[in-house]
Amino acid sequence: MSQPVMVSGKLTTPGGSAMKKGRWTYLDNVRRNPGPFVSEEFTGSEEAVTASERVKVFGAGGLGCEILKNLALSGFQDIHVIDMDTIDVSNLNRQFLFRASDVGSSKAECAARFVEKRVKGCSITPHNCKIQDKDDDFYMQFNIIICGLDSIEARRWINSTLVNLVDPENEDSLKPLIDGGTEGFKGQARVIFPTMTSCIECQLDMHAPRAAVPLCTLASIPRQPEHCIEWAHIIAWENEKPFPALDNDDPEHITWLFQKALARAKEFNISGVTYSLTQGVVKNIIPAIASTNAIIAASCCNEAFKIATQTNPCLGFEENYMMYTGDAGVYTYTFKHEKKDDCPVCGNLARDLEVDPNLTLEEFIASLAERAEAQLKKPSIRAEKTLYMQSPPSLEEQTRPNLIKKIGELVGNGDEIGVTDPSLGAVNFKYRLKFSKEYRGNAIETASAS
Amino acid sequence: MTEVILDQTPPILHGPSAKEKKYDRQLRLWAATGQKALEDSHVLLLNSGSGTVGVEALKNLVLPGIGKFTIADDMIVEEVDLGMSKASPFTSEKQEKSIGELFEHDKFTLIMYSLPIKAENLAIVQDYTKRHKVPAISIHSAGFYSYFKIHLPGSFPIVDTHPDISATTDLRLLSPWPELSQFAEGLTENLEDQSLHDHGHIPYVVILLHYLARWKEAHGTLPSNFKEKTAFRSTVAAGMRTDNAEGGEENFEEAVGAVVKTISLPSLSSSVREVFGYQPDETESSTSFWVIADAIKTFHTKHNALPLPGSVPDMKAQSTVYVQLQNIYKAKARQDAAEVLETVRSHPGGKDIPATEVELFCKNAAFIKLIHGTTSASSILEVAKAEFANDESAALTQMPLSLLPIYLSLGATSHVNSATASDIVAKIGKDIPEADSNPSIVNAAEEVARANGGELHNISALTGGMVAQEVIKIITKQYIPIDNTCIFDGITSRTQVLRT
Repeated sequence: MSQPVMVSGKLTTPGGSAMKKGRWTYLDNVRRNPGPFVSEEFTGSEEAVTASERVKVFGAGGLGCEILKNLALSGFQDIHVIDMDTIDVSNLNRQFLFRASDVGSSKAECAARFVEKRVKGCSITPHNCKIQDKDDDFYMQFNIIICGLDSIEARRWINSTLVNLVDPENEDSLKPLIDGGTEGFKGQARVIFPTMTSCIECQLDMHAPRAAVPLCTLASIPRQPEHCIEWAHIIAWENEKPFPALDNDDPEHITWLFQKALARAKEFNISGVTYSLTQGVVKNIIPAIASTNAIIAASCCNEAFKIATQTNPCLGFEENYMMYTGDAGVYTYTFKHEKKDDCPVCGNLARDLEVDPNLTLEEFIASLAERAEAQLKKPSIRAEKTLYMQSPPSLEEQTRPNLIKKIGELVGNGDEIGVTDPSLGAVNFKYRLKFSKEYRGNAIETASAS
Repeated sequence: MTEVILDQTPPILHGPSAKEKKYDRQLRLWAATGQKALEDSHVLLLNSGSGTVGVEALKNLVLPGIGKFTIADDMIVEEVDLGMSKASPFTSEKQEKSIGELFEHDKFTLIMYSLPIKAENLAIVQDYTKRHKVPAISIHSAGFYSYFKIHLPGSFPIVDTHPDISATTDLRLLSPWPELSQFAEGLTENLEDQSLHDHGHIPYVVILLHYLARWKEAHGTLPSNFKEKTAFRSTVAAGMRTDNAEGGEENFEEAVGAVVKTISLPSLSSSVREVFGYQPDETESSTSFWVIADAIKTFHTKHNALPLPGSVPDMKAQSTVYVQLQNIYKAKARQDAAEVLETVRSHPGGKDIPATEVELFCKNAAFIKLIHGTTSASSILEVAKAEFANDESAALTQMPLSLLPIYLSLGATSHVNSATASDIVAKIGKDIPEADSNPSIVNAAEEVARANGGELHNISALTGGMVAQEVIKIITKQYIPIDNTCIFDGITSRTQVLRT
């Protein structure tokens, strides 16, 4: 999985202001002269400009090339970038710092080298790893975090990490988080002041997970080409294990799935299974183009620039979310997403969660992955006592017997539970359980058929 | 049934080609046809000033693979051929040419020019685009503001508009044709006696057709208003069996959920009515779009419906039943397309129009769109009056303020590198009386003056991204371009599209 660029910025000016003057004439028009909308804090002084150049920015993700170029050309001089990915040939239609000869190299290193060479005086530090590999001390050094991450898990991880970092006694601990994402001709950019404004967890329902196709449809009544592909992916692969482990990037593996899916489609007279669709379904490919990435990355960097230089009001405390749509005309919707008091990460109250008390703990855990307001894939759960722990193995074994017990047996209606999921950082998600049905006890039920 | 199998591509043993791999993420948006159009194009960028916005736009076009581009920058012309077949990734030649000479030899698909521009150069561009009917985009970026405007040489019709998939369901439940009715009747015979399994797998289309027929027997008419639809929905819901293990049936739930959306007579969208009402001129009327549009209009007059698109959304059903249902819709869609094709063939200009083009048109008929090329008939004063009247009630309607002042302020510097705020306001005042007493105009003018003609990289990169999207839409004739001016405010992070 690609982790798009996270950029952190410090603005420093080697070479002194004389060299800077000629070079950043255009920037200085706005950095040194007030405009009708600037706040009272704007001074336009040499100190303010220098300070803004020292802002240390951190970036990550598929928007990384654009973010690095934009920051470097906006006067930021100390930029760090994290990306664990290597360059793939399918990146070359938009990630413009990479050439065909770079395929296979580290994205972070290749991008950093390119931009440093082109923009003198700008330091770019690459980190060829996951954002989750870095600790609080690492993130403490930055002033602004920009993320163009491609997964909701990574976004939630950095979000909860930055919320936890906030120490009311230390104003430097508050790191503005700027997040961008694209899909086809659409995208969004948002600005978060952790603990002060609506965070990514508050906005989680903006990213509803894709509804999964029921297993019985895949197994017995496929109707769509996607059903045949999912069957090959989930069922046929497990049964036949043609290779030791499925590698989505191995064309041989994709070809195997494609042919399995095609044969199944033929059996049911279903049309439309292609290699490209197989790859799209298996890898969950989201269309991506250079122009949308340019729009969203530039929007993120424009906000970073305004935060660092105070040359104009930034998004954040009022409007904090910009949605962009470019497939039918051009449309932006810029609005204020309200902070939620019951946000499991930045709120104080437990969030209500409707649950059928007749589900087993195991079914409940599985349902958390799909619910738009939770989307937790490997949750460990505590009520008054620990209900289930995913790790360490000893605790897992100890709590495993609870999995087959009914929710109504383990907790009461209105009880609070704490959920942790290591992929989302060290946050304890708080939920208050509301029973949606009456608890029927341990009555034996008829097995349900689909 | 056999046709369905013929639709299958034979299994490929080798994966995708190198080009398909490189362009995978965009081919999923505009397919091989769109890619071919991009690769056949030659884009001219006429740059001036620092020119970041033009170069950023061009970068976003080179990456997805436009065939060829030319940059003209203060008389120095650089031509780059990006032919995919060449061994070297690109060859480039730099020549000294005047802008006039440039237009003597080359044929461009589209021209982008950045502002400010010398008035005489602008005149040459406008003359060329008019004579050769070439679309152009003018772009202006300064400080935190920008705008771009599309100049189309004539009406610009689009077939492949890529509507949202949820909007495209057209099941004709109120006017089923005999094959569909028979199929539904066959599946709902002895409904009460069907096994749990059979009853729970009747596709919702069939469920709705069954209850619509019962409704008609009882009421003489089909449910038409909201009240009747609500009552109808209750009768469908009452048909659901709840004495099974799940306590309900997924297919009936789908049917209940689909009532409001699918039980309605198809009506023509305003875009389609606009196409039907448009009088193409002589050159236009012989193009394939207008020949097919005319045939579809004839079809619509005769049947009071557009050709059936023919797709069926996924729904709970047995595989074989679902495929049968799909085939009934596909067969009807083919039949409708064949009728349209016949009308097309009888047209003097319709002999050489490929059948596939007619089929695609029929499939998208409800979503065709016409963008007018000509500049707005309203004067800028009329546009301004309407915008500022909206602003008066903005506090009540909670709508954001108009961005027109940005367009006006940048427009006042279309041919000069910089100007003072008072110069800008005075220039605007020539078209808009009392501009100097409008605080939005005065503020925008001050912000433009503050930039002193300089571009901010982020604003130009963002604008260059939007411009590139528009160029792609125009060249591929897919998706819907703006009509005709897009203004961007980097302070509030908003755009507004206006016709100017």
